[in-house]
Amino acid sequence: MGWDDAVASSIVNEYKHLSGATLPILHALQENFGYVDKRAVPLIADALNMSKSEIYGAITFYHDFRHEPAGETVVKLCRAEACQSMGCERLVAHLKDVHGVEMNATTKDGRLTVETVYCLGNCALGPAALINGELVGRVDEDLLDAVCKGQSHERMAG
Amino acid sequence: MSTSIKIYVPRDAAALSVGANRVASAIANEAKNRGQAVEIIRNGSRGMLWLEPLVEVETDKGRIAFGPVTPKDVSSLFDANFLAGGAHPLNLGLTEEIPFFKNQERLTFARVGVIDPLSLDDYIAHGGFAGLKKAIEMTGAAIVQEVADSGLRGRGGAGFPTGIKWKTVLGAEADQKYIVCNADEGDSGTFADRMLMEGDPFTLIEGMAIAGVAVGATKGFIYLRSEYPHAYQTLLEAIRTARTAKWLGPAIGGSSYAFDLEVRLGAGAYICGEETSLLESLEGKRAIVRAKPPLPALKGLFGKPTIVNNVMSLATIPWILANGAKAYADFGMGRSRGTLPIQLAGNIKQGGLIEKAFGITLREIIETYGGGTHSGRPFRALQVGGPLGAYFPDTLLDTPMDYEAMASKKGLLGHGGMVVFDDTVDLAQQARFAFEFCAKESCGKCTPCRIGATRGVETMDKVIAGDTAKLALIDDLCHLMTDASLCAMGGLTPVPVMSAITHFPDDFNRAPKRMAAE
Ligand SMILES: Cc1cc2nc3c(=O)[nH]c(=O)nc-3n(C[C@H](O)[C@H](O)[C@H](O)COP(=O)(O)O)c2cc1C
Ligand code: SF4
Ligand code: FES
Ligand code: FES
Repeated sequence: MGWDDAVASSIVNEYKHLSGATLPILHALQENFGYVDKRAVPLIADALNMSKSEIYGAITFYHDFRHEPAGETVVKLCRAEACQSMGCERLVAHLKDVHGVEMNATTKDGRLTVETVYCLGNCALGPAALINGELVGRVDEDLLDAVCKGQSHERMAG
Repeated sequence: MSTSIKIYVPRDAAALSVGANRVASAIANEAKNRGQAVEIIRNGSRGMLWLEPLVEVETDKGRIAFGPVTPKDVSSLFDANFLAGGAHPLNLGLTEEIPFFKNQERLTFARVGVIDPLSLDDYIAHGGFAGLKKAIEMTGAAIVQEVADSGLRGRGGAGFPTGIKWKTVLGAEADQKYIVCNADEGDSGTFADRMLMEGDPFTLIEGMAIAGVAVGATKGFIYLRSEYPHAYQTLLEAIRTARTAKWLGPAIGGSSYAFDLEVRLGAGAYICGEETSLLESLEGKRAIVRAKPPLPALKGLFGKPTIVNNVMSLATIPWILANGAKAYADFGMGRSRGTLPIQLAGNIKQGGLIEKAFGITLREIIETYGGGTHSGRPFRALQVGGPLGAYFPDTLLDTPMDYEAMASKKGLLGHGGMVVFDDTVDLAQQARFAFEFCAKESCGKCTPCRIGATRGVETMDKVIAGDTAKLALIDDLCHLMTDASLCAMGGLTPVPVMSAITHFPDDFNRAPKRMAAE
């Protein structure tokens, strides 16, 4: 769904009563639109009685908030130390070399976004990834091949 | 009519990550097809993560474990009469007799993996709320004294005595005080907070309520990392359930105390685990670290006196209240009292959660519990305490897990995470990563951290390219960051860097190596 100021406003209104409502609002916007459009800045600033620069500053501080829409499939691949010890950088190279998929970007066809995260709390079963919100352990090339081709895989959720 | 047999299939995220949901539905289908009455309970994980999905069957001898189970194994398990504990290649015997589990001292994790995490009845049947009930009858000062006497030190990393922090908040006069649970668990190699929140969330709720009763706080926040969507759902449901049963709300447990809770999600910033950055984030701002003083205990969330404690610290409080400070302090060594939930991770054959009294050596954990590397290659390095922790070689593995013993080896215990690397690791790359991580995650407030980390990456690149003389510059940079950073992000980044250089000098001596290879 594309950005819609009216929908965004109603989301802002739903959460603005919370103390320190900035993050809950930003999460709710991203949950709905897949990203936080810059048009959210004045909406939130107005509702929370904060300056636009404060809101803009908050959005850009946190790695979670995207500035552009995400692909249909979002892979958050862990690249922290425990997953490094199990070869996550090999997977990063595989994505790039075999599939031409860059980290922290969306493929041109808009199907796939792969993002770096640092630790998913699955460090004994690494390499780990969150694929559309589902945690997957022992991620390997085979599983990523399926993801890149838009196929299902027996080790993915469902 | 036969009564239904209880089968436990974990709902813990690690178990789900290797197919626990698929196994649970395969069991349900197979049971239905065979006309077997079963009750499938989605418990937390027992912490033997290499055995996940670990399925348990309740028998008159006790719970019998099978694992790791895949959906393909399910029909053969039924054929082998696993519901009566029948012989099968995946049969591991009684869960509580598996040495990895049996030899632990589970206090904080006593219920995790045992109960249905969202069943209040189960929680209460296993001793839940005994601590809170006692606390309600005590004065605030007496509760704080009990916590102080237990010797509990904050499990978030800094190891600050919990009783002293609580005493400060108790003594502060204010119209509003807060209890903030630090569930940001950002360190690589750690997952104890997650496992507890998913496996026994009422314990955390009870611990926070006790803290509220002790210091006169009526409102609590759990600041949870957004990378934990499963824990988030579990916490939301647990809080709703506790509220309905009046364990949260205007009169908790039928007492005159009010306490309520909210969960807030972080947004992928490591620095938000630092307590003052976390408070800024909760207030809805850019999470720039605050200068101390003032202490959060006096001027914390929205400027009010605030307890900020790690999940493990708060979740241990109910046990201490229920069993007494002395019983807790009887575990441990030196000034590290009680138990530490250790998380064994990385390139390890048998990874998972091990709750042990302080004092066990690193070697015992890796070798006896872990069984060596996952790859089967030789062990080379161990990073203890997350991204700001030291890299240790084999010769330091006889160090006991104790705050002071680790510090004496220029390392730290942190949140108790241990990440194992085999001999394919390149410590120069790990040192570079330590700088890179700091550069990415720095809040940007002070120059030594913001600029120093970036300089560190550039300089390490030169070292890796063979310019070994640049190591002197790394040394200077580390001194500067250690001495002049405002918080431990910049202040401790030199720990992994310098430990790697000190203990693994060969990896930094690039030029000769390259010539030898030619
Ligand atoms: C960079 C940085 C990251 C931190 N991350 C965490 C964290 O993820 N979880 C945590 O409990 N404490 C973390 N801490 C420690 C907190 O600042 C604080 O000491 C802790 O929440 C206090 O609770 P405790 O006394 O119960 O440990 C971090 C500290 C620093 C400097
Ligand atoms: S050391 Fe780094 S993270 Fe800490 S206050 Fe300074 S810039 Fe921020
Ligand atoms: S380091 Fe990858 S899940 Fe923790
Ligand atoms: S950098 Fe040389 S001892 Fe700290």
